[in-house]
Amino acid sequence: MKILGSEITPYKTYLNRRKFIKGSLASAMLATVTSSAFANHDSDLSIYTKNLNENDKLNSYEEITTYNNFYEFGTHKKHPHLNSGNFKPRPWTIKIDGLVKKPQTFDLEKILSNVTIEDRVYRLRCVEAWSMVIPWQGFQLSELIKMAEPLSSAKYVQFVTVFRPEEMPGQQKRTIIWPYREGLRMDEAMNPLTILATGLYGHEMPNQNGAPIRLVVPWKYGFKSIKSIVEIRFLDTQPETSWETLAPWEYGFYANVNPNVNHPRWSQGTERRIGEFKRRETLMFNGYEKEVAHLYKDLDLTKFY
Amino acid sequence: MFSTRNFNRSKPVLFILILFPSLLWAYQFVTGNLGVNPIEKLMDELGLMALRLIIITLMITTLSNIKPLKSIVVLRRMIGLFAFYYVCLHFSTYIVLDHFLDMQFIIQDIIKRPFITFGFISFLFLIPLASTSTNNMIKRLGFKLWKKIHYLIYPVAILASMHFYVLVRADKTEPVIYMGIIILLLLHRIFKRLTRPQLAQ
Repeated sequence: MKILGSEITPYKTYLNRRKFIKGSLASAMLATVTSSAFANHDSDLSIYTKNLNENDKLNSYEEITTYNNFYEFGTHKKHPHLNSGNFKPRPWTIKIDGLVKKPQTFDLEKILSNVTIEDRVYRLRCVEAWSMVIPWQGFQLSELIKMAEPLSSAKYVQFVTVFRPEEMPGQQKRTIIWPYREGLRMDEAMNPLTILATGLYGHEMPNQNGAPIRLVVPWKYGFKSIKSIVEIRFLDTQPETSWETLAPWEYGFYANVNPNVNHPRWSQGTERRIGEFKRRETLMFNGYEKEVAHLYKDLDLTKFY
Repeated sequence: MFSTRNFNRSKPVLFILILFPSLLWAYQFVTGNLGVNPIEKLMDELGLMALRLIIITLMITTLSNIKPLKSIVVLRRMIGLFAFYYVCLHFSTYIVLDHFLDMQFIIQDIIKRPFITFGFISFLFLIPLASTSTNNMIKRLGFKLWKKIHYLIYPVAILASMHFYVLVRADKTEPVIYMGIIILLLLHRIFKRLTRPQLAQ
């Protein structure tokens, strides 16, 4: 997909559009918008700023949409941006099955009519030791799980990416065993930080970022945040996940961001924030320790990496 | 039949052609035209260029067995030295730009990450090769010893391709192609070795 310069939303415009949409909240924010749009972030007026540190700045739309790991469109960072033009994200359905009251297939439109889309600005930390700050739009996964009505025996959730080799040229090659699969423990899936994102920077989710709907789990390495989801399965055992299947000695099921547990290929102690020159220290659980550390208090994170 | 003179004449052009990418990337880096993650991009490009040049030096030796191309061997030193030049740039990008001279971190990285270990040893082995690449050195060391030292190019090539192979996460096609070429070139040398004594008798 070719992005015209005019399509790229500068942060200020994005902020203004939000205000237009959410009038009442916006009037308060309007007063605080000064020459530094970023500074406004720290004033913490809405849910989407509360998990950011003061030295986090949004990455640009261009950075977020031209540097992606989405092997369905190719293994280079630029491939998803270059090769995803033929992908058709609408119409879209999500199949719900496994341990649920009633297996069913939801139209994406139907799901969206039942939820409220929120803004969430999250850090995204890739296992390759780079990171970004991304303004997502989406809703809590827990809302969809409630709609799905899982049985009490469901302990895990598995997600499956669409398989369309004719639209996703990367799938024509067996670099990964397609379709891509990911999974979460039920309590991780229900955590309020975990969202299904349908947009970024106020745009519909671009194809290269996982259109039309993708998971975002900000305290885990990026590969957990599976894109273009067509199936959600509820299970009583830990599901297989794609990278773990491919190289279990490198990638675990949990994949929590952890500066103390190194990957054989990348030290996880530091990271390069895209757009910055010097590396940053990587934060435990990507800086979301307060929100999620309790989920793992009984788990040996060096063993369950 | 290409003469030594033909090849010698092509040297200035080759010199500029091989030097040019490094100047271009440096310019693009400084002007912010190397994409979203310029340090990674710079490191990847320099490393790949170095690996390709290492393989080309091996190929030159093989090609020089073909009669009309016998004199091509006069290009080998220049290309070998350029390989070293690109390895040095690649390594200093890693040290200076990627890790900002954080030596403690870098040493840990070299010890703990196999792919960096491979790359680092490969770099170390290239140093004696580059530093003995003058006619004077050949004379001083004697051709036999000099040649022995320069056998180090084989571990250099193998380690460099392994460095690349381990780095790639899923689609290993490209590093496998490079490894394949290196293995073929080595097999050719072994084959030549095995058949040579019979000819002598």
